[in-house]
Amino acid sequence: MESRILDQFRAIVGKGLITETSELHTYECDGLTNLRVLPQAVLLPTSTSEVQAIVRICQREKIPFVARGSGTGLSGGALPVDKGVVISLARMKRILEVDLPNARVVVEPGVINSDVTLRVAPHGYFFAPDPSSQSVCSIGGNVAENSGGAHCLKYGFTTTHVLALEVVLPDGSIVHLGSRAVDRPGYDLPGIFVGSEGTLGIATKIVLRIMKKPAVIQTLLAAFNTTEEAGTAVSGIIGAGMLPAAIEMMDNLAIQAAEASVHAGYPNCGGLLLVELDGPDAEVEHLMAQVGEICTQCGSWEIRVAQSEAERAVVWKGRKAAFAAMGRISPNYIVQDGVIPRTALPRVLGDIERMSAAEGLRVANVFHAGDGNLHPLVLYDGRIAGQEERAMELSINILRLCVKYGGSITGEHGVGEEKKMMMGEMFAEPDLETMQLVRCAFDPEKLSNPDKVFPRTRLCAERTGPYQPHPLEAAGVAQFF
Amino acid sequence: MVGEEHFRAALMEDAVDDVLPHMVIEPGTAQEVAGALKIATGAGLKVIPRGSATKMGWGNPPWSGELILSTHRLNRVVEHAWGDMTATVETGCTFQHLQETLAAHGQRLALDPIWPEHATIGGILATNDSGPLRVRFGSLRDLIIGITLALPDGTLAKSGGKVVKNVAGYDLPKLATGSLGTLGIITQAIFRLHPLPRESRTLSFSTSDDATSRDGSMNALVLAIQDCNIVPTGVQVRAGTSAAPEVDLRFEGTSAGCEAQIEQTLRLASGAQRIESPAGVWNAHAELFRGTEPCVVCKFSLLPADLGVFSESIRAVTEPLHMAWQLVAQAVGAGYLRLEGRDSGALIGILEDLRKKLQTRGGSLVILRCPHEIKAKMDVWGNTGDALALMQSIKAQFDPTGVLNPGRFVGGI
Repeated sequence: MESRILDQFRAIVGKGLITETSELHTYECDGLTNLRVLPQAVLLPTSTSEVQAIVRICQREKIPFVARGSGTGLSGGALPVDKGVVISLARMKRILEVDLPNARVVVEPGVINSDVTLRVAPHGYFFAPDPSSQSVCSIGGNVAENSGGAHCLKYGFTTTHVLALEVVLPDGSIVHLGSRAVDRPGYDLPGIFVGSEGTLGIATKIVLRIMKKPAVIQTLLAAFNTTEEAGTAVSGIIGAGMLPAAIEMMDNLAIQAAEASVHAGYPNCGGLLLVELDGPDAEVEHLMAQVGEICTQCGSWEIRVAQSEAERAVVWKGRKAAFAAMGRISPNYIVQDGVIPRTALPRVLGDIERMSAAEGLRVANVFHAGDGNLHPLVLYDGRIAGQEERAMELSINILRLCVKYGGSITGEHGVGEEKKMMMGEMFAEPDLETMQLVRCAFDPEKLSNPDKVFPRTRLCAERTGPYQPHPLEAAGVAQFF
Repeated sequence: MVGEEHFRAALMEDAVDDVLPHMVIEPGTAQEVAGALKIATGAGLKVIPRGSATKMGWGNPPWSGELILSTHRLNRVVEHAWGDMTATVETGCTFQHLQETLAAHGQRLALDPIWPEHATIGGILATNDSGPLRVRFGSLRDLIIGITLALPDGTLAKSGGKVVKNVAGYDLPKLATGSLGTLGIITQAIFRLHPLPRESRTLSFSTSDDATSRDGSMNALVLAIQDCNIVPTGVQVRAGTSAAPEVDLRFEGTSAGCEAQIEQTLRLASGAQRIESPAGVWNAHAELFRGTEPCVVCKFSLLPADLGVFSESIRAVTEPLHMAWQLVAQAVGAGYLRLEGRDSGALIGILEDLRKKLQTRGGSLVILRCPHEIKAKMDVWGNTGDALALMQSIKAQFDPTGVLNPGRFVGGI
């Protein structure tokens, strides 16, 4: 990168400019470590105006930029782009305001997810989105990916809990999307921005909605011989008209890994169900008894209800550590993130088992069973020639299977770099073209995280029609502002 | 394309505000909707989409409009995947028909829009309508998971899908929700569903007769309810010219759960007086649109803690003019206000004053129904802030020649 440009960047962020190759390596990938690109420079701004100044230079010099939070993403969304810079929001990590009466919290993008809950927990509130990486991932990253987590079955995704954003657009202007109050007139811009994977601009301030902690939370573990039996129990629970806070399922391989890693005390079984109910005391008590009955009827041979907050924490620790725990039972693994209509579960698991056997590669399954979000973990040994390619192929074929059953190629990890070629299998050309209209409105020059999400980017035509003044405007009665 | 019986000359009753369209077309499929749009665009005609016409007066008057495109014939519930708790429905289907279909398997779309027996899914989406249930289940943006959208150039595009959890691509279902048909015509929508409640209980309180503290104590009660761990599926405020403000609560779930929460609420609301809940209390917001006499009905949004102050402001501006008013608000901070009166000058003054107060605190005021002379002088939407240029760019991308509902939406979109 030209030194005159680096000098301009340095004038903005001072020591927050990284150009040493050895230091740049830290930023060459995110949680998807098999894809790596060395950025030209990394910038660490500390304020909105610094972000704006950086983006203005990028705009003027046509330098592509990639915003980055904690770098925990699993689809390569924060993968740097060739000849581009990375703008890390890690130093913008202040919680700016806590407004309890209105249940709003205003944060900078680098604030860690679980720090929001920590801050408001003394007052009985929590921030609902809880991706497994919540102790390290940033709110800005959650916004980019529309992160979910185990509890989004009941509480919704990040998008449900973001009311407004301050955003630096790719042309360097600052805009405010949404408002602290609900239903701002106009297009739902927070709705389109959240989950856009950094392709529409950089959020520099985020207004979050927090929720009151439920009166009671109860977590039940039920052991089944097969995932099929466990799946039937899930259908039974949903069919009985309940909306649990979470329903998680793990197969035997995933249980073994979690046990080896965090000793959660899970029963050794073919299919483990973790059901969490929350709400008013009397309600939870009554429904939990019913959940237990349904599980027993479906063949569960061991049912435990966590008796204390500490027991509950251990149960969840096993589940949330499941991805990382795969390292205990396999040298390498690929995490996938597909979604299927929940009722297709037995058929899909059967198909995965057959595909796994045919490839001779083990597949562990961790599953947000309530909403059909499947996380197959394809295990392989990178030292064996050709195995990584076969593992990748298998994991992609599992996504194809999800699409075949009417599902999605990603439930919460995002498309990023990894799955953009799969978009064409889920959507037809007109669907993708239409989505890109949004891109053209926000970022016609494709500078903000270019080449992610979509298999190819379209050229933005100038589509503005002739301006027609409103009759009132023409008459001088009113003006639009 | 649609057959002669589905393409007719417009009548007086097809007028939108003062604009009388020439023709009405009723396509029978999504492809026909897209085809009709393409022809209209090619011919330079402006198109006004329409469902059951219950809310055609919402929005600014269109600048022009030659063709009404009615979704009347797109009225099927395409699929109720009850095991997956999702439903796919054509947008000309009425809300009530959808709910009746879903109820067969003990489920519902957890939304309570106004005029459910007539209002179509498309119209409800276009206006982002919601009701008391949103305190627990959110609004349409939290319930819609997929759409098919017909664009002015004839493109038929899908976005989202049939699964609740899905982050593949941009979230066009949210962009289209509340866009008043200015980006495209939604021909089909997919929703996530919730189980029908086992039991439902409603209780109501009258807060205080004391003129100096009534709005404050109403707001305090609403905030206290939000700040404790009961989980109501309705928290509503009704207030007006004379009577003390009233607060309604609804609980749904098991009977033991409802009872326990009612007990907790009674302890919490010990300073308020429990009253018998009026019949149809959860439909109170629709009541504000009653009758044909001149009045103004607007939708407002604000921070929940500003509800009491807002109510006081209304009293302060209406009292000197002896103007009657009535509001129904949901505790999340969205409500409807009705102002009686014929003096449009006075009404405009009040509306501008209240709008300014709300906007300063991050809220908004949108006029939904008013006499012609007010609409001729006031933008019904109010300020949309510094994101308006971005909204105009989005409009320009989706509808470059301004075919759909020209001028009816915010900022002249």
